[in-house]
Amino acid sequence: MDWFLSAGDDPVHKLLLMVIAIALFVVVMALILFVVDRRRNPSKWFIAGGFVGPALILLTLGLLLPAGGTIVNSFQNRNGSEFIGLDNYIRAFSEPAFLLVLGNTALWVLVAPLLATFIGLVYAVVVDRSRFEKFAKALVFLPMAISMVGASIIWRFVYEFKPASVEQTGLLNQLVVWLGGEPVQFLLERPGNTFLLMVVLIWIQTGFSMTLLSASIRAIPTDIVEAARLDGLSGFGMFWRITIPSIRPALVVVLTTIAMTTLKVFDIVRTMTAGRYGTSVVANEFYEQSFRQNNAGLGAALAVLLFVIVIPVIIYNVRQMRLAEEVR
Amino acid sequence: MSIRMASKRRTVALAAAGASLALILSACADTDDGGGSGDGGGSDAAAPALDCSVYEEFGDLEGKTVSVYTTIVEPEAETQVASYEPFEECTGVTVEYEASREMEAQLPVRVQAGNPPDIAILPQPGLLNTLVSQYDAVLPAPEQVEANVDEFWSEEWKEYGTVDGTFYAAPLGSNVKSYVWYSPSMFEEAGYEVPETWDDMMALTEEIASTNEGATRPWCAGVESGDATGWPGTDWIEDVVLRTAGPEVYDQWYQHEIPFNDPQIVEAWDTAGEILKNPDHVNGGLGGVDSIATAPWTDAGYPILDRSCWMHRAANFYATQWPEGTEVAPDGDVYAFYLPSMSTDERPTLVAGEFIGAFTDRPEVQAFQTYLSSPDWANAKAAATPAGGWVSANNALDPELLATDFDRLSAEILADPATVARFDASDLMPSEVGTGSFWAGITEWFASDASSQEVTDTIEESWPKN
Repeated sequence: MDWFLSAGDDPVHKLLLMVIAIALFVVVMALILFVVDRRRNPSKWFIAGGFVGPALILLTLGLLLPAGGTIVNSFQNRNGSEFIGLDNYIRAFSEPAFLLVLGNTALWVLVAPLLATFIGLVYAVVVDRSRFEKFAKALVFLPMAISMVGASIIWRFVYEFKPASVEQTGLLNQLVVWLGGEPVQFLLERPGNTFLLMVVLIWIQTGFSMTLLSASIRAIPTDIVEAARLDGLSGFGMFWRITIPSIRPALVVVLTTIAMTTLKVFDIVRTMTAGRYGTSVVANEFYEQSFRQNNAGLGAALAVLLFVIVIPVIIYNVRQMRLAEEVR
Repeated sequence: MSIRMASKRRTVALAAAGASLALILSACADTDDGGGSGDGGGSDAAAPALDCSVYEEFGDLEGKTVSVYTTIVEPEAETQVASYEPFEECTGVTVEYEASREMEAQLPVRVQAGNPPDIAILPQPGLLNTLVSQYDAVLPAPEQVEANVDEFWSEEWKEYGTVDGTFYAAPLGSNVKSYVWYSPSMFEEAGYEVPETWDDMMALTEEIASTNEGATRPWCAGVESGDATGWPGTDWIEDVVLRTAGPEVYDQWYQHEIPFNDPQIVEAWDTAGEILKNPDHVNGGLGGVDSIATAPWTDAGYPILDRSCWMHRAANFYATQWPEGTEVAPDGDVYAFYLPSMSTDERPTLVAGEFIGAFTDRPEVQAFQTYLSSPDWANAKAAATPAGGWVSANNALDPELLATDFDRLSAEILADPATVARFDASDLMPSEVGTGSFWAGITEWFASDASSQEVTDTIEESWPKN
């Protein structure tokens, strides 16, 4: 039994375990499908159960149960030994430190998705069918390939501060010095620092919005465009009256998807400021409370809060996606 | 769009992704330089032979394994592992060493999951306190360990490993935090003497400040340390509380018998502020007062090397932070003096250290615990650390085995009966304060114009009510 539970540092052993696990999965699935297939005249429910059942069981074990546990936890004290009612939520909504965190999160959700989508849209329209289209698109898409932590490290270098009499290492401060200014502590000045952190997310997500929006601009039927042109529309009028309404579903999906990413933003804040200098957000504070302060109750309450904020966004996103499919 | 075109585009995107990944990886690679330079040690200085008979009472341990989980990563990890060798040779036990910077966050998770290591090297008593009072996970120390600690360590050190009257964790290594780093040659050229009292030090600070030029200042400091940002600043405050208010008040302070914003504590913050919040005194080579909040603690002392900073208060382990090739010696590039107190006849000293917590009580685990609490281990570790930067308050540690003059100085301070040692207060306070609001508060103190009163008021409010 021990052989199956821990592989230590032996790569061959690890690979063998992996192969066995995959084989086991195939065998179990084959067995289930075989049984489903053998029955003559099986009921609809029997087939559906055979196909969906395993996924449902895994979802219950891996998602529903832990989520329920987190909700219960959020009403308990720091080690889950005592129920303390709504105290954790009251703390989260009354202490100035947490109010700042909630405010920052709201700012992130309002600003970052809008800017990322807007820039992506404008870029998509501008480079559409131009001579450098492929190159220009690749340029904006590149940051998507960089992890959030990697991007944060890069941008921390960009914002780096050195005193005026020393050679600058931060790109932005070097520009400031060249223009005759004094170096600025970019990551300290609030509330500007929160916006500078958002720049990182926007830098990454613009590629995503540009790609999706560009594809749906391409998908606008040419007859509509032709008709509009014959009616005398061009330039901004075309953009505002034809392009935007035609890609509205895609626009909403992009916006809400980036909003969800924004709510989960943890890596950027943790890497760049660790939530200091008044830049913390709910996702970062949740980690801080759960794993640094060992306050499982308060951490769970913050996680639930995040979950509650995300729900309406997800519902809206799913409904818009359905609408978009119906249109097609 | 044809399929071929799509796949071509994908290839381009993939190549771009690969290229940017490579960029990042190579950017990261630089930072790890300087590690792994040690050759494992062990063979350079001869550790005294280990008396194996001590471990016979634990029975035949041949072929058994003990797992150790710790925050001590490369390069110091090599010397830790090397220091276990005598025990492994004696008993035939294999020690499985696992180190992670995330250990403090991961350990409680592993404990709750029922998968704790046999032994954890706890970097601070606060974590021991959490593990005992929240998770009831750590086992009391076996009698052999307690006997060792009673014999070789002072009572205070035993107290730090005790929670609610039960002794759990033997101390391992020790740090001396009350040091000021400086450049001996810079001091000599300018004709400055190492200050003996606090007032001397302030006078020297004023004198140096009158020669300020460009970015040069008498002091440099930095408290940035990832998600532990703030801790080097709390050490500063603790050192000053020990000096302006005294050890008794210090004890009342961390036990919350007096509030965090007691006038004596606020006064200590203001005294520290005379150095740290005066733009004429800080922040040499790094910027203004607010740059203390963003300067990484690991290189905040480097301006001493390019002569734009004169003094940098940091613990003895800062000795290992200097860039490769920096000579740490009384006549070398950098050295440290004891952070002076109000008068020469008192020597309050801020210390810290690691502790050994055990989660299982198999004979081989208890035998290893016994070894770690013995002078044999301390001496083996000293011999296995040829580059220095390590010391222990174990009073049977042979100073001759320590690698450098500086380590011997630290050992001397720890062993000196005149030294009044006090443990790092932020490590002893409840985690909401000690690793939360105190860290955040001091960062705020530097980053914004918040006064000592405002910051201490906020920290007092965050002290757990029950």
